[in-house]
Formats: sequence, structure tokens, C-alpha cells
Amino acid sequence: MEMTGSQILLECLRQEGVETIFGFPGGAVINIYDDLFDSPIHHILTRHEQAAVHAADGYARATGRVGVALATSGPGATNTVTGIATAYMDSVPMVVITGQVPTPLIGNDAFQEADIVGITRPVTKHNYLVKDIKDLPRIIKEAFFIARTGRPGPVLVDFPKDVQVATDKFHYPDKVNLPGYKPTYSGNARQVEKAVEMILGARKPVVYAGGGVSSPEAGEGLTQLAELIQAPVTTTLMGMAAFPKKHPLSLGLLGMHGTFFANMAVTESDLLIAVGARFDDRVTGKVETFAPHAKIIHIDIDPTSIKKNVRVDLPIVGDLRDVLDKLVKRLSEENEGVSGLIDETVNWRQKIEAWKEEQPMRYEPSDKEIKPQFVIEKIREMTRDDAIITTEVGQHQMWTAQFFDFSQPRTFLTSGGLGTMGYGLPSALGAQAAFPGRQVIDISGDGSFQMNSQELATLVQFNLPVKIAILNNNYLGMVRQWQQLFFKKRYSQTIMEVPIDFVKLAEAYGAKGLHASHPDEVEATIRRALEIDGPVIMEFKVAREENVMPMVPAGKSLNEMVLAS
Amino acid sequence: MKHTISVLVQNEFGVLARVAGLFSGRGFNIESLSVAPTLEPTISRMTIVTRGDDRIIEQINKQLHKLINTIKVIDFTHKDCVAREMALIKVSAEEGTRAEVLRITDIFRAKVIDVAPRCYSIEVTGTSSKVDAIIELLRPMGIKEVVRTGPVVLARGARMGEK
Ligand SMILES: Cc1ncc(C[n+]2csc(CCOP(=O)(O)OP(=O)(O)O)c2C)c(N)n1
Ligand SMILES: [Mg+2]
Repeated sequence: MEMTGSQILLECLRQEGVETIFGFPGGAVINIYDDLFDSPIHHILTRHEQAAVHAADGYARATGRVGVALATSGPGATNTVTGIATAYMDSVPMVVITGQVPTPLIGNDAFQEADIVGITRPVTKHNYLVKDIKDLPRIIKEAFFIARTGRPGPVLVDFPKDVQVATDKFHYPDKVNLPGYKPTYSGNARQVEKAVEMILGARKPVVYAGGGVSSPEAGEGLTQLAELIQAPVTTTLMGMAAFPKKHPLSLGLLGMHGTFFANMAVTESDLLIAVGARFDDRVTGKVETFAPHAKIIHIDIDPTSIKKNVRVDLPIVGDLRDVLDKLVKRLSEENEGVSGLIDETVNWRQKIEAWKEEQPMRYEPSDKEIKPQFVIEKIREMTRDDAIITTEVGQHQMWTAQFFDFSQPRTFLTSGGLGTMGYGLPSALGAQAAFPGRQVIDISGDGSFQMNSQELATLVQFNLPVKIAILNNNYLGMVRQWQQLFFKKRYSQTIMEVPIDFVKLAEAYGAKGLHASHPDEVEATIRRALEIDGPVIMEFKVAREENVMPMVPAGKSLNEMVLAS
Repeated sequence: MKHTISVLVQNEFGVLARVAGLFSGRGFNIESLSVAPTLEPTISRMTIVTRGDDRIIEQINKQLHKLINTIKVIDFTHKDCVAREMALIKVSAEEGTRAEVLRITDIFRAKVIDVAPRCYSIEVTGTSSKVDAIIELLRPMGIKEVVRTGPVVLARGARMGEK
């Protein structure tokens, strides 16, 4: 049977198991939207294409499946770029489909033409322009395959209008043929053997886990390894939810706003086992003095991550689950070695416990003003373990990482690599669309919230009961903190002069708005919000000049952190 | 250190932009680049000359490999290979210099490929240093224009880079 390009696209999506997509229509995708009208695929109309992509990203991070976004050509396509770059930096599997002007017009500066393949080349894992309907099923097949395999990432498919209306017989390939794309899944046995040796010889081992462990499978492997060798585990933002904070071996966050004990442990360690992490500068601080006494084992599926920023003594390329399983299996056979290791590292764990006691993660409580950290602790207390937390970017994001005890994989969605303000609300929307029954909470700042606040309308339209906690300090707080500490308190353009009535804003969209300005009101506000069966903004007027501490000033070593301001 | 890297890529639209974008986006430099299809018309070979310390060269190799359209990356730096570059040189050939130009051309086993009343065009192939040398010798004669291809390389012996 002959089908049009746009029908073929939707059929391909269906065969990939896509149930929900996020998008925004326009002239260059109007045919696809016409076919969507009768399609079983659920489409969520965001109010901005950036939000559609973040929503697909949130959907993907929460489920582990490929998120899908759809936008029109030109401005629709360019609006997706921030969302794509966000997903690229955090290795999120995603397929973004953009309309394009008809192929004969490409290159003519046609109405709403933008070279989105050129624009997104550096922020996609791969991208395509569909020039011929005959290539369409293969391209969609490859796009999904590339997005979800190896180190995951976003793939963009640019789909010209004339190809959408062209017709062809439909056949969906069941295999891809990509001679240049063969990720290494199986960790090299000899390298694993060397790792076993290094681990058994260590006296101050630390595991450093990044976004690679965010899947439940990899997280389980990580936990098994850490427990077997009794090594403390520190994580990045991306790896955070994979290893329960309450676990006795947990050191919490590493890096610029990491815990005292995580930063000290890494600085003193003699063996750093990096698992699915990429030694980002926010994690390493001054790279020359990062983990100065440690041998480094680096396990990652992406060879380019290895030795990019730091020296590595033992690289192991492979799927984390595979490598961790092999390591655990081999170590389990070394009964004596492992019990020797555990004996020999008693002092190390004691030292870490002493650090934890000396400088726990803490803040100065107050009964007069709302401390932002207090709100975060309360939200944790009052939500279920499987609640999904998203954040925007800024102080509130760091406090969430510091004070929220994550305990389940895929429950912390935050823009780590790109640090995109405006990510939290639409990604919460996407996560809620994936899990209508779960609690989904965007912990937000007053500045970031305004970057995608239009998505309140989407929440209301699609009955997505996301709860938004705005920690309102009336500042672009994180930038203000830097200005306070490094620019003589010259608060250049970080004071949000216009006070916004967030309660009214919520109501204007048909959502509920709640407000708290005293610590006594915090609990009741959260309780009410959680009881309401729809989207709610909770505005918390928080201590305005609270700082995120500890802090490693940019360019300093991890052990040069400032503990209090 | 200078490295010559040969990259086999699927001969698809945009591949050159991906490779060039990778270099510019990550701050790697390209000294020369030559591209042409291989015997298999769906596959092209790029020969790239670049510079960098070991860490950068390792990144370049890995990043090139990471591109979905890349089939194979071969760093020829420590490999036994032959490298050749071609240059076309337009040099003035006046009454007084013509004989010298021809003599130099001869010594380098280069060829005069175009003759105009007051200038010759010369074709030379060889290693990059040979091409550098003839250019230096011709320079005093008055070079008007030089076009160089950048080197292409081939592994020595029966070994093949392609498969
Ligand atoms: C799109 C974008 N623009 C600018 C920045 C730089 N930036 C980082 S944090 C921050 C302040 C965020 O303010 P707010 O959302 O109120 O959070 P707070 O730090 O006050 O908790 C800014 C401007 C960014 N991360 N993203
Ligand atoms: Mg703020």
C-alpha cells in the first residue's frame, strides 16, 4: 500500500514503540499534524519548542526510553537547539523531528528555512536530512538505534515538506547497517583483570560515579561493586540518584558544591574508580591537582571521555553493566584478597567517618525566615521514595543535590552538563506524562522559572499534576553569590526588581498557587500542594542571601573549598 | 608534533562538514586536508595533517572515530608509509631567470605544464619537504601563485589501509 511520507513517519514511530511525543505545529509539519489527528500516538502541545524538547528529555530520563519531539522548520527548529544541546551534554536518548522547506527550495533562503542540520551538528550525536522518501524508514530506524545505543544522545531528523507528501510503499527495516558505528559493549577481560589487581592493592579507594550509572541496571552493578569492596561512593549530579544517599558508603556530591568529605576523600584517595563519568571541570576543580595521589581506573562506554581531561592509569571501554558485572564476578572469586582489602581499608573508612562528623552537610536553621535547604528537606520527607524531582539551574539546584536524599534511579532530572535554566518545568511535564500516577516536583528558582513559565498552560491542558516549588530569593541567586564572593558584592543585573505574584500567575493559567513566607507555613503548604489533584505552584519566600556551601572557587583544588560564607 | 591521519568515511552529504566542524569546535588545527572517493564509490578517504601533543592526537583519533559516518581512522605517524604531495607553481620566467627555473625544475624532477611568454607553471610531486624545498629555490625567481594539495599517504608493502 502506498503511504505518504508523513504517514510513514508515524508508522515508524509506532513500530519503535513511541506512545507520546511533544511538539508544536507549523506550516512545514502541517501534514504530519494532519495525520497525527487520527493516530494512536499521543501528542502533547507545549507552548514553546524548547519546552517540547526538554519535555521529551524529561520523559527519556525518567523512563530510559527514547524521547521524541516534533517542531516546524525555521524558528520552530532553531527553538529546539537549547533543548537538544541540553540532552547532548547529559547523554539523553532522543529523536527530534523538524519540518523543513521543500527540497527544491533548500538553500534559497525560503520562508522559514534554517539549516538546522548544520546548526545542530555539534550538539547531536548524529543528524539527517531526508532527501528521498525511499530513505525515510531507514533513517528513522537508524535515528532511534543511534539515540539509544552506545553512549545515548539526541538525533535530529530534518524532514522536508515535499518528502512528507511524497508516497511510497512502506517497509520498516528490522536491522540497521551502520559500518562506522559499533559501540564496544564488552569490557576487555585483561583490563578487568588489571582492575582487580589495582583494587585489591588499594588502601584508599573511592568510586566516582557519573551519569553513565543512571540506569537501574548500571546502578545495581555500582552498588554491588561498592558493597563488595566496601569503597565509598561519590557521585556527580548525573549519577546522584543511582546510589542511595542514605547508604553508609555514600559520600554524596563531588566537586564545586560537593560535600567536604567527598572532596577530601578524592583528594586523599590512592585509587579512584571512575564509572560512567567524564571529569567535568565542575567536578575536578583545578585539574592538575585533582586526586593527586590516586591511580585512576576509568570505565566508560565512550572512548573519547577517557583521557580527555585527566590522566588515566587503566581505561576500560564498555557497557557499565557488563564491566561492573565482570569486576564483581572476578572480585567475588578473590575471597582472601577482598577480605584483606576490607581489613586494610578500615582506617580509610574511619577517616571518612571522621570527616563526615567534622563537616557534615549542614545549614544554619532559622525559625524566622525560610531556609531554602529546609524546604528541600521537607519536600523529601513528605514525598514518596519514587517521587521524580526536576530542577532548574542555580542555587536551588545545588541545594537539591546537597539536601535531597535520592534513593531510586531516574528520580533526579537536572541539566548538569549545559546547566540550562528553564529545564525543570518542561522536563517535569515530560516525566509526569510518562508516569501520570507519580509525584513529580520541579524545584525551581524565581529566575529560572520565568524561562519556561508558559508551560503552566500545558500542565493544565493535559492534566499533568506537576508541583512546582519556587524558592524565591528575588535574585539570580547563583550569579549573585559569585558577585558577592568574587566581585565585591557588585550585584550587577542579578536583582529581580519586579516582584512577581506567582500565586496569581498560577491562577492566570488555571493552576493553583500557594504561598509561604514563614518557616511554620512550609509543611502545610507542601501538604496542601500534594493533596491537590492538579498542577500547583508553591512559592516560598526564602532567605535572600543564603549561599551554597561548601564551594570550591573556580580554578581551585577540591581541598581548597570554602566551607561557610 | 605533526600527524598524518587517514579517515575512511561514508561518502555522504555533510560528512566533510562533520569532520571540519569537529576540528574547529574542539580547537584542533588542520594543516591540510585532501578528500576523494576510494575505489568503492560510496567511501571517501580524507587525509588530514594536524598537530598536537599526544593527548590531543589521541582525542582527535577517538573523536574522528566517534563520528557515525567514519568507518576507519588510521594514524600514519608511527607507521611505515609513503606520503606524497603535489604542488602547482606559477613562477615568472624572464630572460635572465628562465634557465635557472628550468634547471631547478629538472633537479626536482618536476614538470613544466604551462608556458606563457613571461611565466611557467610547474608541477611537482614529492614529500612535503621536497615541495617546500623547490618553493624556496624558486622564490627568488618570483613566484606568482602556489597551489598545494596537502599530502596523501599509503601504507608500505602489501598491507592496506582500507579494509
Ligand atoms: C539559560 C541560562 N542563562 C543563564 C544562566 C546563568 N545562570 C546560572 S544560575 C543563574 C541564576 C538562576 O537564578 P534562579 O533561577 O532564581 O535560581 P537561584 O540561583 O536564585 O536559586 C543564572 C543566571 C544559565 N545557567 N542558563
Ligand atoms: Mg532566585
